[in-house]
Amino acid sequence: MNILVCVKRVPDTGAKLRLTEDERAVDTRRLGFTISPHEECAVEEAVQIIEREGGEGVVLTLGPAEAEEQLRDSLARGMDRAILLEIDGEDWDPQRTAEAIVESVRREAASGHQYDLIIFGNESADSGGYQIGVRVAHALDLPCVTGVKGIDIRGGVLQARREIAAGWEVYEVQMPVVLTTKEGLNLPRYPSLRGTMGAKKKPFSRSSPSHSEGDLRLQRVLHPADQGKEVEILGEGPAAAPRVVELLEKLGLLE
Amino acid sequence: MILGIIEHDRGVIEATSLQMLTLGRGLAEQTGTSLEAALIGDDAASLEETIKPFGMAAIHRVTHPQLDDYAPAAWAEAVVQLGRARGAQAILAAGSDRGNEVLAHVAAKTGLAMAANCAQVEAGDVYRVLRLRWGSSLLEEAELSGEIKLLSVAPHTVEATEARCDTVTVEDFEPTLSEADLRVKVTRRDETASSGVTLKTARVVVGGGRGVGSAEGFAVLEELAAVLGGIVGGSRVATNNGWRPHTNQVGLTGTRIAPQLYIACGISGAIQHLVGCKGAKHILVINTDREAPFFSKADYGVIGDLHEVVPALVAEVKKRG
Repeated sequence: MNILVCVKRVPDTGAKLRLTEDERAVDTRRLGFTISPHEECAVEEAVQIIEREGGEGVVLTLGPAEAEEQLRDSLARGMDRAILLEIDGEDWDPQRTAEAIVESVRREAASGHQYDLIIFGNESADSGGYQIGVRVAHALDLPCVTGVKGIDIRGGVLQARREIAAGWEVYEVQMPVVLTTKEGLNLPRYPSLRGTMGAKKKPFSRSSPSHSEGDLRLQRVLHPADQGKEVEILGEGPAAAPRVVELLEKLGLLE
Repeated sequence: MILGIIEHDRGVIEATSLQMLTLGRGLAEQTGTSLEAALIGDDAASLEETIKPFGMAAIHRVTHPQLDDYAPAAWAEAVVQLGRARGAQAILAAGSDRGNEVLAHVAAKTGLAMAANCAQVEAGDVYRVLRLRWGSSLLEEAELSGEIKLLSVAPHTVEATEARCDTVTVEDFEPTLSEADLRVKVTRRDETASSGVTLKTARVVVGGGRGVGSAEGFAVLEELAAVLGGIVGGSRVATNNGWRPHTNQVGLTGTRIAPQLYIACGISGAIQHLVGCKGAKHILVINTDREAPFFSKADYGVIGDLHEVVPALVAEVKKRG
């Protein structure tokens, strides 16, 4: 079973987001970087499937040279090989991002690497475009199930579960298939020391796709209007309990 | 014309589709054209009366023997064919799981650009959209071009309002579907019997984070939730450490809650978490650190160790009860 997982390097935001002076991005000078929780689960799922069934796990990203850090981290968690589609400067729009990934998958296929499963996060943590996986699936003429929180593979048929208001819905598809996953699919492992050491020696390829402008163009990033809340401190320690109960009464929550 | 895709699950519609229609009507007014709606599948027929008051000129009943249950690529193919037949200048969907999914398939099939989760849209040769980033922590102004503009409307950013159209024509439309469009279709459903209070519907949610420290530490939060008829939730720290199952997670990649009161215990207030509890009417934060960012987003605060404050609170509620 050969699996490709596509991830995106994004700032690890913590509690506050500061913007750059030109208001086109998040100021990342004091931030670390990561991939989205959905993608962490995609990596974990790929590693688990390959541990069970054998095969190769490839992790790919389209991003700056520094995205090597996120690819190495996925290698440390058990992926076998990494592909960096290196770009300068700002994010690419979804159409061009998907095209570059498709081109890479086709190049891989031409050199004998066929994927049975291609996994994306359901949406990126930052831009949240909800479309790269679906675009890649159509370009490769593969079926696509999004928002997946459960995967079961038996004899070339993949069963994907996703959550809906009424419970779960189940899709059965013939592989190869494209999936987009959501956090909750599994509990991702942390890289071991051995994994981290080994990741430095795993195969890593770079290429620079050529860029043209897409039809969704970011102009400016801004903060939403602040709701201007002022917190009322009810007290300190256990002594605050009676005032909290007064609040519960006021809100009608003690009936 | 502006075409709105009505999302439904076997004939059950959500408010987000009505919000989408309201934004779509505004767009139709801006561009001097009309709003039309697509109801896909036989079980959507019952929704005609529900959507009529939202000001559309036409409803298209999209039916096909294979459209008997949700199939994202097939829905998208039907929308593409209908949109082309009617000369749509924009196609809209709700910014929900299914809405974004169907629209992404429309985008992939046509090669058009798609702007997900828009809160405002200004029509023109090029559309100017204001869309949500980072799960609504930031906004983005963007330009969207293409022969047909594809937009999903961010849930609960537009208030659904009615506006009657004098005559609403109802027309049948049968798309041509291929095998490939039907490769992904719901094969089975496992409906979980609703077991009373859920994170989404609870009146009170008691949340725990890093400060709880362990799975066992949640016992006091369970107790508080029990006396208040509420339910326990957790931050991503709590679910990632395995202290709580992921289904308990309140946050961007977990559940978005909307209780009367959210009691957040030992949670610092990372954006990932704040996005998930934005819908809470009131927020009470219990934290030892007065500088925790969560206090600046809360209505009420108690400075102290949750392991002391929460048991005192349980005792006090029991005393009054």
